[in-house]
Amino acid sequence: MLVLGPFLLPLITALVSVFLRGRPRIVVGLVGGVLLFACSIALLLHVAAAGRQSYALGAWPLPYAIEFVADGLSTILLVLVAFVNLAILVYQAGWRELPEHFGIYPLIHGLVAATMATLLAADLFNLYVWLELMLMATLGLLVLGGRPRHHEAAFKYFSLSMLGTLLLLAAVGLIYGATGQLNLDALASITHQPDSPGALPAYMGLLLAALLLKAGAFPLFAWLPAAYHTLPAPLLALVGGLLTKITLYVLLRLNGQVFDVSQLHEALGWLAVITMISGVLGAAYHWDLRRILAFHIVSQIGYLLLGLALASQAAATATGFFLIHNILVKTNLFLIAGLMWLAMGHYDLRRGGGLFAARPLLAGLFLLSAFSLVGVPPTSGFWGKFMIVNEAFSQQRFVWAGMALATGLLTLYSMTKIWLEGFWKPLPRTSTVGIMRLPVAAYSAVIALSVVILIVGLNPEPLIGYLQQYSALNWR
Amino acid sequence: MTLVLILAISLCVGAGILLMLSHDAFRIVVGFAVLGAAVNLIVFLAGRPYTLVPPVIPQGSEALAEDAANPLTQALVLTAIVIGFALLCFSLVLAARVSRDHGHSDVTRQQASEPRPDPAAADSFRPPVMEDE
Repeated sequence: MLVLGPFLLPLITALVSVFLRGRPRIVVGLVGGVLLFACSIALLLHVAAAGRQSYALGAWPLPYAIEFVADGLSTILLVLVAFVNLAILVYQAGWRELPEHFGIYPLIHGLVAATMATLLAADLFNLYVWLELMLMATLGLLVLGGRPRHHEAAFKYFSLSMLGTLLLLAAVGLIYGATGQLNLDALASITHQPDSPGALPAYMGLLLAALLLKAGAFPLFAWLPAAYHTLPAPLLALVGGLLTKITLYVLLRLNGQVFDVSQLHEALGWLAVITMISGVLGAAYHWDLRRILAFHIVSQIGYLLLGLALASQAAATATGFFLIHNILVKTNLFLIAGLMWLAMGHYDLRRGGGLFAARPLLAGLFLLSAFSLVGVPPTSGFWGKFMIVNEAFSQQRFVWAGMALATGLLTLYSMTKIWLEGFWKPLPRTSTVGIMRLPVAAYSAVIALSVVILIVGLNPEPLIGYLQQYSALNWR
Repeated sequence: MTLVLILAISLCVGAGILLMLSHDAFRIVVGFAVLGAAVNLIVFLAGRPYTLVPPVIPQGSEALAEDAANPLTQALVLTAIVIGFALLCFSLVLAARVSRDHGHSDVTRQQASEPRPDPAAADSFRPPVMEDE
């Protein structure tokens, strides 16, 4: 039953917060967040002690039952998502955009519940349902603002995501029709049999295409930078930090087991390289903090896809590490962008400046996360990129590795742009922003995330060892 | 039966894609509805509705016989219809709101969230500042 806790808890919190308003709703959310974190830690310890945990609904025998599985990778991501969720809830508690909207807390908790369930689901159709619930909660969050740009952004987001949804459903149906199985373990054993149905690789390709769309890979990432920047900072951190990365986790899990996409790995590698470059070039063009960071999501997805394309046990470890690093750093950067907005009065870098003199602590926190995103040693990003690029070199994929390094350089360029324009340049005379205290709750959330990033960067060995253990068990 | 279903699926996919590529927000939504129907039919067809072999798993096996009917896909379609219907309702309201905000439903001329640079401005290669924060 412990396996179901991580998504039942936020679901209950969401239901309760529908009926509450004002301060009690925030308190219930925080209590739910703490309980969720505790539950995830308990599950992590249990799995570390007793091995992989599985729960079959209705006590049906496998492979017919709908199964939920907690293994090494999913439990550590559960803990991570619970931690990030808690940090965002604390940040949101002191935020002045949309605090009293009736939908905001139920949708946040609902999104977290769907995320947690996606991490645990071990059934293809169940995965589809949870990914849909993530989409619906995000659509709800997008339209909360109620201005024309929110509706328009939601419509763009909806259009491409709906296409992904339909492709995913068609792929699930076709795979079920061909194999008679939806359970991931059962599918994994079928795809590795020599007499597996001949059309199965094509259906797997369709599934891959649908998941790539949802992960924000080239050429179908347009929905991401078109919509994300209309969200308020805490929600942006939640959506931008988690959604695409969770889809990447699903791909990572399928890649080792169900997908036998050796035919597709070559294509996936080039796709990864183009995704990296196009994302980082988009970021170089923009001046709006949120848009720069949204394009960097795309670029970082490229690194993760490169890890998938290299398709080895070492690459699986590296991708897992990069995934964890990326969720932490990306969330933190969006939260810092929110604080910069409060201090500068605008998200556009051309309208802001002077933060280094006015807010030295914020400058330090930004530098840490920016260096980590770029991959400057000894931050967490360095280890993630080092392991992926190192694996690319050892498989003699020199072009892929070179492009990954070049993308790192361009990432440095756009982080330098934020630093020069937002922190070093004096505030423009036209600016009307006054000196105000930044919310303490928001600061403490950013500091908590930064401390974790620092720890992962300075002492990566335990995490890498943990992930190696997992990928040794699961990589065929 | 199979031929009829396949023809219906091809027709729906074609019509759906045609409508989706339109500039009109409402046509796009209808396109997704039609395409959704096609996908539901694909899943339905995956359950082999044409066969007369009953859906019983033989002893010692873990999957249905190759040519047996499969009732589970109908449950899958039902779930997919519910999800699709919810998304369709939401998107219809959304399309109506977007059209009302702009006074027209041409999505190529809607730029509230991503304003284009002014070609007459001196720095026309740069993205414009979003003013209404």
